[in-house]
Amino acid sequence: MTKCHKLVCAALAAAAALALTLATAACGGGEKPTEVVLLTHDSFALSDGVKQAFERESGLTWRILQAGDAGEVVTKALLTAGNPEGDVLFGVDNNLLARALEGNLFVPYESPGLASVDATWVLDPEHRVTPIDHGEVCLNYDKAWFAERGLAPPASLDDLTKPEYRKLLVVENPATSTPGLAFLLATVARYGEGGWQDYWRRLRANGVLVVDGWEEAYTVRFSGAAGSKGNRPIVVSYASSPPAEVIFRTPRPEEAPTGVVESSCFRQIEFAGILRGARNEEGARKLIDFLLSRRFQEDIPLQMFVFPVNREAKLPPEFERFAVVPPDPLTLPPEEIEANRERWVDEWTRIVVR
Amino acid sequence: MLEVEEVTVRFGETLALDRISLEVADGEVVTVLGPSGSGKTTLLRVIAGLQRPDAGRVLLDGRDLAGVPPHRRGIGLVFQDHALFQHRDVWGNVAFGLRMRGEPRAAIDRRVGELLELVGLAGYERRSVATLSGGEAQRVALARALAPEPRVLLLDEPLGSLDRRLRDRLLDDLGRLFAELRVTALYVTHDQAEAFALGDRVAVMRAGRVVQTGTPDELWARPADADVARFLGLRNVWDGRIVRPEAVSVQRVEGGAGGGDGVVEAAVRQGPTVRLVVRLDDGSALEAAVASLDHPLPGDRVRVDVDRAGVVELVEPVSDTAT
Amino acid sequence: MDADRRPLSPRAATALAYGLPLAFLAVFFAFPLATIVARGLTGDGAGPALAVLADPLTREVVWFTVWQAVASTVLTLVVALPAAAVLGRYDFPGRSVVRAAVVVPFVLPTVVVALAFLAVLPERLERGWLPILIAHAFFNVAVVVRVVGTFWAGLDRRVSEAAATLGAGPGRRFREVTLPLLAPALAAAAAIVFLFSFTSFGVVLILGGPRYATIEAEIYNQAVRLFDLRAAAVLSLVQLGFVAAAVAATMRLEAKLAVAGILRAERDVLRRPRTTGEKALVAASVGGLAIFLGAPLAVLVERSLAVGGGHGLAAYRALAHPTSALLAAPWEAVANSLVYAVAATALALAVGGLAAFAVASPGGSRLLDGLLMLPLGASAVMLGFGIVISFDRPPFDFRAAPWIVPVAQALVAIPFVVRIVAPALRAIDQRQREAAALLGAPPSRVRREVDLPVVSRALAVAAGFAFAISLGEFGATVFLARPDRPTLPVAIFRFLGRPGELNAAQAYALAVILMAVTALSVFAVDRIRVRRGGWV
Repeated sequence: MTKCHKLVCAALAAAAALALTLATAACGGGEKPTEVVLLTHDSFALSDGVKQAFERESGLTWRILQAGDAGEVVTKALLTAGNPEGDVLFGVDNNLLARALEGNLFVPYESPGLASVDATWVLDPEHRVTPIDHGEVCLNYDKAWFAERGLAPPASLDDLTKPEYRKLLVVENPATSTPGLAFLLATVARYGEGGWQDYWRRLRANGVLVVDGWEEAYTVRFSGAAGSKGNRPIVVSYASSPPAEVIFRTPRPEEAPTGVVESSCFRQIEFAGILRGARNEEGARKLIDFLLSRRFQEDIPLQMFVFPVNREAKLPPEFERFAVVPPDPLTLPPEEIEANRERWVDEWTRIVVR
Repeated sequence: MLEVEEVTVRFGETLALDRISLEVADGEVVTVLGPSGSGKTTLLRVIAGLQRPDAGRVLLDGRDLAGVPPHRRGIGLVFQDHALFQHRDVWGNVAFGLRMRGEPRAAIDRRVGELLELVGLAGYERRSVATLSGGEAQRVALARALAPEPRVLLLDEPLGSLDRRLRDRLLDDLGRLFAELRVTALYVTHDQAEAFALGDRVAVMRAGRVVQTGTPDELWARPADADVARFLGLRNVWDGRIVRPEAVSVQRVEGGAGGGDGVVEAAVRQGPTVRLVVRLDDGSALEAAVASLDHPLPGDRVRVDVDRAGVVELVEPVSDTAT
Repeated sequence: MDADRRPLSPRAATALAYGLPLAFLAVFFAFPLATIVARGLTGDGAGPALAVLADPLTREVVWFTVWQAVASTVLTLVVALPAAAVLGRYDFPGRSVVRAAVVVPFVLPTVVVALAFLAVLPERLERGWLPILIAHAFFNVAVVVRVVGTFWAGLDRRVSEAAATLGAGPGRRFREVTLPLLAPALAAAAAIVFLFSFTSFGVVLILGGPRYATIEAEIYNQAVRLFDLRAAAVLSLVQLGFVAAAVAATMRLEAKLAVAGILRAERDVLRRPRTTGEKALVAASVGGLAIFLGAPLAVLVERSLAVGGGHGLAAYRALAHPTSALLAAPWEAVANSLVYAVAATALALAVGGLAAFAVASPGGSRLLDGLLMLPLGASAVMLGFGIVISFDRPPFDFRAAPWIVPVAQALVAIPFVVRIVAPALRAIDQRQREAAALLGAPPSRVRREVDLPVVSRALAVAAGFAFAISLGEFGATVFLARPDRPTLPVAIFRFLGRPGELNAAQAYALAVILMAVTALSVFAVDRIRVRRGGWV
């Protein structure tokens, strides 16, 4: 063979590229790490300037790896425990917290930034995880829909089982959706271990619609989302959804077109932690400090549509005006969630779906 | 000189070639004549290196070709149904072998032009092969095989799929071409007329063996056995003897049933002669070729005479070795 | 008869043709999958594993997975065959546009398509198994139309005409002549559709409602939601078992159906529709397909334009600006997608092309063919996790290597390349190769001068598919850590995951761009073939 075959050439080139990557990767170890890697979910977002601010202050390159939703990221972290893909994991919420701690994912670090954070948010006394933000899963309702019909929007979970709210509610499947699970947990927290099943039976009798995920529930089924042709005026979404309906509408309305049923809210707190086996533990500490800093905390609402935990962080005007921070949301201890989640979801499936 | 020595090829249980031997001298055209299934194509494939023999050797100018891959043998092959490269035009087909030899473009262009002229297709360079007629495709296939000047040219029933007139014309062209180029060629066919027209010598194959080799005249004069004779078109074969049809004269017997030897069963005109089949009174059939406008018709009672000069004694079965 | 011929090709080329694809498969598929399954199964003995199998829910899931996959395949064939027939028989204005356009649904993210279907389907049909089947047909029409249609366009028209002269009517001719000749391509396409439907995930969740789950969906549920790796491992073995059985059955079927024939140039086969009947046939087939595929796509276009109570291009304009939904400007997702797609296509063509040569060579192994199909039906979730835990030590820490994404995409695309190229290679008249050899071409040159140009059409089709697969791929790569370089489907997904009108509109706008990029790329690839291949 004088000239190599086209396909052979391509194959050889691919092999060469592979070898090159291996060589480059092999040369990486040894010196002091110059980058810090954040492993996070697909919903993570920040402004450009904020990222640069951290890099300038710390002298480190901040690399962000995103791999699926929070559940997927935590699962990956559990699989790679001790030899993680990144230095810091951001995005464990209180639903997943017990599982993550049981899996011994994190090393403790008590950030000085915690001085500006209320104790309410700190769920792990050992500081293996640090609270960064919180958001509440709440029932949202379409204000115009209720106004047109002269019907009062629901004020409580109990209202949803009344005949005048028949066939108005759409919820997500807790087996496949994070807000769906949060809403199930809200009903468990509200009605207790012995009572939530009966509540759901009544919801079912009252024509609750269950869909697979938030995207379908909110953008297709809910009548209050912009451009939606849905016919359900009540949906399980977030406390921050009303400001989003204002910000992403042109022209911006004077008032939020949707409202929040405050007594239905279930609290979700998102945590960050330094992964055990991190290559750059020092950089990881700097990153955690930064995530708690005002610079990052004030960037949170308009980027990720959740609320900062740093009490000194100022909320953007849209949030001040349109967002609701429910004063006393429903909660459950992470250990209790971890111990019962599978059983609750199974039971829910039998009651509502079968 | 091409020599095939004791070559055997088996396909499972069947013996495609059975210790076959054959020689083609330089500049000689040998035709291989045999019915379909006699192993002719397999023989060509062995020589070309496309089929490895189970036993025996193929030698070119005394060199054993075993282990020499097809592309280094310098042997050309014209396939039965052309096997032209459908994805290339006429130029691309004829130039192929020259490109493989790494010839410069100008030389290739010149040679392709020459060859197309030689086969009567000058100016066809840019024609798509899909648009060629059968005869044209055959000429392109021939030009393609000839282009790299192979030591030996093999042709596998090249005229098999053409109509009679076209075949006759190409037959003449081929004969002229072979003589002009002094090609060493092995030409396989099932058609006795083609074999006799082109071959300096003819090898008759049957069931994987060469049963007789000779010049067309030799074969015609002395077929090796009854089967060869029949394959050459001689039907009047009786216990070791052949009666040539042209040696049989037939005369109509007028009137009563007393005279004559038999009844005409069939009369078929073949150009200038008429082939008569006469059913003799002893039940056997005799064939006669008569050149007359006033020949007997089927149903006529006839008297039959045989010219002694036209009776041939069959030779003993000859050895397969061509000598 | 070809089997009796012994080709004299150099050992090294054969070793490469077998070795590279096998090595690729072993390193990036078998090893990671085996690692994750082993992790799931270690400890506790066989008891708990068997318990998973004995669970009636498991059996229900398996049964649903199998029957919906079979039904989806049948429905896809029924929907796609008329168009394949028309594309395989007639040349008409816009033919190449139709060929490119059918690929569009194939690349769209399932969420987007499912949402579009919810908008199009009458309310009665919104939930249950029927919309699942319809959506599967929608996605996979491209597979049948392109694989079968391309093969059809190479079938010698005269064979069917010969049957006509022997007194066979059109129906008879199709049944007794065309169908048997077409059977290998049909089997290949059907196998791919079956595997895609078998491992379907998003469509089943959204359109089936909470009642229905495929094995793949259940694996995801067990691994991610419940972190029960054992159940996930057992289920992925069950799934792999079914897939292997399906692949083996297909191989058998194809071997039985294969007819050695000479593929002809499209130009010789295609002709303009002449009679009114023929014109009506073309119009009905293409028109029917256009409505079936076009309605949901039109909804996406409409949604992308719906902003501020009216219609406008605001969402498209917004794509140029940074957004909270992505760590990059949305238009960068287009560039990222194209880069990944080019890399994945090159990789898939190199590995798959070599494999096709190995598979199609006389006496070539069908086992390799079958093995290469397995990634199509393997659990994307488990493979993603497997890669994460298998390549985790330097210098083999590939977890966040930028090329691991195209590698994962190539795994899915390679079977397409093999399935499309190998039959075309097999259909090459062996005598053409022999003729080339006798004219002095060594085996490697024969491949380049005869095989490659003849299969260029198939290679182009394969490249188009590989490109499209990579553009639309979401499942297998979602678990691989992507640096902040979102692809189009990922970007769409993120926009959809946020409330607010503009976000939704931007998601649909990106979906429209994905559609356009796909159609244009496939169209361009088809063109390249036309210019260079000499097939016209």
